[in-house]
Amino acid sequence: MLIDKSIKELSILLKKKEISSVDLVKESYSKIEKLDDKLHSFITIREKKEALKEAEKKDKEMKDDQSIIYGLPFSIKDAYCTENFRTTAGNKILDDFLPPYSAEIYKKIVNSGSILIGKNNMDAWGHGGSTENTDYQPAHNPWDLERIPGGSSGGSAIAISSRMVPFSIGEDTGGSIRSPSSMCNTSGLKVTYGRVSRLGAIAYASSLDSVGPMAKSAEDLSYLLEIMAGRDSYDSTSSMTKVDKYSQFLGIPIKGKIIGLPKEFFGAGLDPRVKKVLLDATKVFEKLGAKIIDVNLPHFTYGVSIYYLIALSETSSNLGRYDSFRFGGNRELFSEETKKRILLGTYALSAGYADKLYKKAQKLRTILIQEYNEALKICDVLLAPVNPSLPSKIGELINDPLKNLMEDLYTGTISLVGAPSLSIPSGFADGLPVGMQIIGKKFGEGELFQLGYLYQQETDWHKRLPTILKNKNE
Amino acid sequence: MNKYQVIVGMEVHAELKTNSKMFCGCKNDPFHAEKPNIYTCPVCLGLPGALPVANKRAIEWTVKLGLALGCKINLFSKFDRKHYFYPDLPKGYQISQYDLPFCYSGKVETSFGPVGITRVHLEEDTGKLIHQKVNGQDVSLIDFNRSSVPLIEIVTEPEIYSSAQAKEYAKKLRQIIRYLDISDCDMEKGGMRLEANISLQKEGETKLPNYKVELKNINSFRFLERGIEYEIERQKEILEEGKIPDQETRGYNAEKNTTYTQRSKENAADYRYFPDPDLPPIRFDNKWFGEIESTVPELLDTVFARWEKDYKVDRKLTELLFETASEAKKLDLIFSGLSNSKLPVDKFVNAVVNKKLNIDLFNKNSEEIVSIYKRSVQVDDITDEDLKKIITKIIGLNPKAVEDLKAGKTQSINFLVGQVMREAKKKIDFKRLESLITSIVGNI
Repeated sequence: MLIDKSIKELSILLKKKEISSVDLVKESYSKIEKLDDKLHSFITIREKKEALKEAEKKDKEMKDDQSIIYGLPFSIKDAYCTENFRTTAGNKILDDFLPPYSAEIYKKIVNSGSILIGKNNMDAWGHGGSTENTDYQPAHNPWDLERIPGGSSGGSAIAISSRMVPFSIGEDTGGSIRSPSSMCNTSGLKVTYGRVSRLGAIAYASSLDSVGPMAKSAEDLSYLLEIMAGRDSYDSTSSMTKVDKYSQFLGIPIKGKIIGLPKEFFGAGLDPRVKKVLLDATKVFEKLGAKIIDVNLPHFTYGVSIYYLIALSETSSNLGRYDSFRFGGNRELFSEETKKRILLGTYALSAGYADKLYKKAQKLRTILIQEYNEALKICDVLLAPVNPSLPSKIGELINDPLKNLMEDLYTGTISLVGAPSLSIPSGFADGLPVGMQIIGKKFGEGELFQLGYLYQQETDWHKRLPTILKNKNE
Repeated sequence: MNKYQVIVGMEVHAELKTNSKMFCGCKNDPFHAEKPNIYTCPVCLGLPGALPVANKRAIEWTVKLGLALGCKINLFSKFDRKHYFYPDLPKGYQISQYDLPFCYSGKVETSFGPVGITRVHLEEDTGKLIHQKVNGQDVSLIDFNRSSVPLIEIVTEPEIYSSAQAKEYAKKLRQIIRYLDISDCDMEKGGMRLEANISLQKEGETKLPNYKVELKNINSFRFLERGIEYEIERQKEILEEGKIPDQETRGYNAEKNTTYTQRSKENAADYRYFPDPDLPPIRFDNKWFGEIESTVPELLDTVFARWEKDYKVDRKLTELLFETASEAKKLDLIFSGLSNSKLPVDKFVNAVVNKKLNIDLFNKNSEEIVSIYKRSVQVDDITDEDLKKIITKIIGLNPKAVEDLKAGKTQSINFLVGQVMREAKKKIDFKRLESLITSIVGNI
C-alpha cells in the first residue's frame, strides 16, 4: 500500500523512479472503487482515464527539482471552485455548477504537479460537523461505519484515513478540518486566518473560513503548507506576513516549551474518556522536555454562542446569492440545517436584534482575542481537545441540535481568534480515534509542526489504520 | 388655507469614471459596451467563492470630492454589506458604507443659502434589467456590465427650501464633480441619478415634518424641479384635508408631469447592514491622506470669485467655458496673458461665449490664444486722443468732403474713415471712427 507512506517518502521514490505516478493514481482509484460505496468520501470522482493520462505525463516529466507533491494524487473538499469541473459545496442548488474559474489553492496544488482524483463530500455549505448534512450520501467513519466521520470536511479525512489519497485540501470555519481529522485519526491544520488565499472557496462565514491541508502527519502538513501559504492580491484578507520554511521546524527539540491547558476546555461537557487521552498526551510532551501549565480563558465558555451568532449572520449574507434567479437549483433545495442557519443569522442581523446579538457577539469576539493574547504571553502554545466527545452514531446529532452545536465548543472558539491549530491523533478510546489540537500564535504554524512532529516521532497513533482497511487485509 | 414651507433633502448618485470597476478588474464602461455582459467576471457576477478587492482610485476620488465639498474625512473607514433581493443584485447584497462613510459634514453654497452635506460614501452600482419580448414572450434580461461600477452617494441635510434651490444645488454638485474630473455625470444614461425627500412644514412650525416622500430616479434637473413642484401641491391638498401624506417612494412621470407611487415605505426594508468581512477596514495614514489632499484643486467657488475680482468676469459666463480643473488652469493662463497684454478679459469671455470668436480654448497654448484674440480686436488698438489728432489732420486735407458731410451727404463719411485708417495704418472700428469724425466736424 503505497499511499500509506509519507509525502516525502513518496516523492523520493517517484524521483528515483522506483514507483510511478501511475502506480499511485491506480492505487487511489482501486481504493475508491473498493471502499467508497460504504464511506461516501467523494461527491464527484474524476474520470479515471483522464487522471491516468495526466499521471503518465507526470512520470515522463519527473525531475529531481520538481515539487515534493509532483505526481501525487490528491483530493479536495467540494467547497473549492474547480474550472469546468462540477463543484457543489455539498448541496443540490449547485448540483450542476461548472465554475468558470478555479480556486487559488487548487491552482497552486495543480501547478505543483499533483493530480486531482476527486471532490470530497461535506456538510452542505460547511453547515455541520458530521458530513451527514450533505445533500448527497451521508459519509461514514472508516473506523466504525455506523459513526460519523466528523465534518464538515469529512470526505477529505475519510479519503486520507482509508488511504485513498496521500493528502487533501480541506476548509475549516469552526472546526471543519480539525474535527474530522480527530474522528478519522488523521492530521489536519486550521491555518491562521489570512495565511492561505480564500479566493474560490465557497464561503460559509467569511471572517472565519480558512483553507488548510489534511494528511497523515504533521510532517506531511508542513510540506503542504509551504506550497499553499502566501499573500494573494485577489484576497484582501490574505496576509503579507512572510511565509516560513515550515519543514525546517521538523526535528527541533521542544525542551523548555510551555504548553498551556485552558481550564475552560477541560471542564464540564468533556467526555472523561477524551479527557484521559488528552492528559496522557501531555505526558508525552513532558517527556520531550515541555512544561505543562494551566491557563484561563474565562469568556471562552461563551464561545459557542459567539461563534454561531457571527458565523450564521455571515452565512445568511453569503448564501443570499442562491436566490433562485441563477445557479439552476431552486432555493427550496436548501436543507433543513441550512435553512435553520440562514434564519438564525438573518434574525441576529435584523434591526432591533443586531445590537443584542450580532454586535454583542463581535464585542465578545474582541474579548476572546484579548484573552487568547494574554494566555499566549505566558505559554508558547495551548493544548486542547478537538471534540468534547467520541464520534457519534449517524443520526444522533441531527436529532439533538444542541449537542450538534456543542461539538464546536473547542474549535469554533479558536476560529474566532483567528489562531492556527494543528489537529493530530492522540490516542483511542473504546476503539475510536481521539485527536488533540495544538493552538499557536498567529502565523506560528512552524512551532505547531515542531511540536506535532516530535510527538508523532514518540507515538504511533497516526500510523494506525482504520478498521475498514484491516478487515480487508490491506 | 395654511401656508406651507417645503423641506427637501437630496440624495445624489454618480458613477465614477475609474478605468476598472469598484471591486474587480473589469472595464468600467457600461455605456459604451458593444454587448451586454461583456465586462464581467466571477466577482461582479457574484459567483460562488469570488472575493472583492477595493479600487484604490475610487476611494481616493471619493475623499477628493469630500474635501472639495468641505467635508470632514473618516480616517478609519470600512465597507458594509447592504442586503436586499433583486435580480440585478447578484450577491444578494450591495457593498456600500453604513456608519463610517469616507466623508461627512460638508456644504454646498447656493444663491438661496448653504446646503449642508451630511455624508459622501462609496458603493457599487447594480446590474441593469432589460424588459423585452423574446420569441413573443415577455422576459426580463439582466446586463451585468454595470454591476459593481463605483458609485458615490452624496446626501444633504433637509436644508433645501424650494424646487429652484434643489435644482441649483443639483446643478452645482454636478459642476463640482465634473470639475474634479471624477465622473461624467451623464444624467440621460443614468450616470448621475437624483432623489429628493420632500415634505411640507406648516408655516411657523420648527419641528421637521413627521413624514417624507421620496422622489426617486430623476434623470434631469427640470424633472427634479417639476417633480418637487407637483409634490408641493399634492401634499398641500392632503395636509389641508387634515391627513398626513403616506411615507412612500414615488416616481416622476415626465409626460403627464405627475408623480406616482412606486413603493410603500410602511414595511420599510431592513437592510441588515454589517461590515463586509471580505474587505479589511481602510485606514488613511498621513502620507496617503496628504497625497489625496494634494490632488484637490483650488475650489470652484474660489476660482470664480478670484476671476470676478481680478478680471471682472461674470461667473454666469465663465462657467460656460469649461468643466474640469485642468481646463480652469488653462483659462487662468489665458486670462493672465490677456491681462498682461492689456486686453479686456470680460470682452474676450463674451466673444467666446457668444461664438464671435471661434476658438478651441484647450487645444492651443495660451500665448497663441492671446495673440489670436489680439489680432481680432486690433480695432481698438489706438487711443481716442491719437485718433482725434489724425482726424483733425485728415479734415484739414479734405475740405470738400467735410463740406459734403455737413451738407448731409452721408457717403462722404466712408471716404473720411478710409483716409483716417490709411493714415493710422490700422483697422479701426467703423462706428467708433464715424462718431468721432461727426462730432469733430459738427464742432467746426
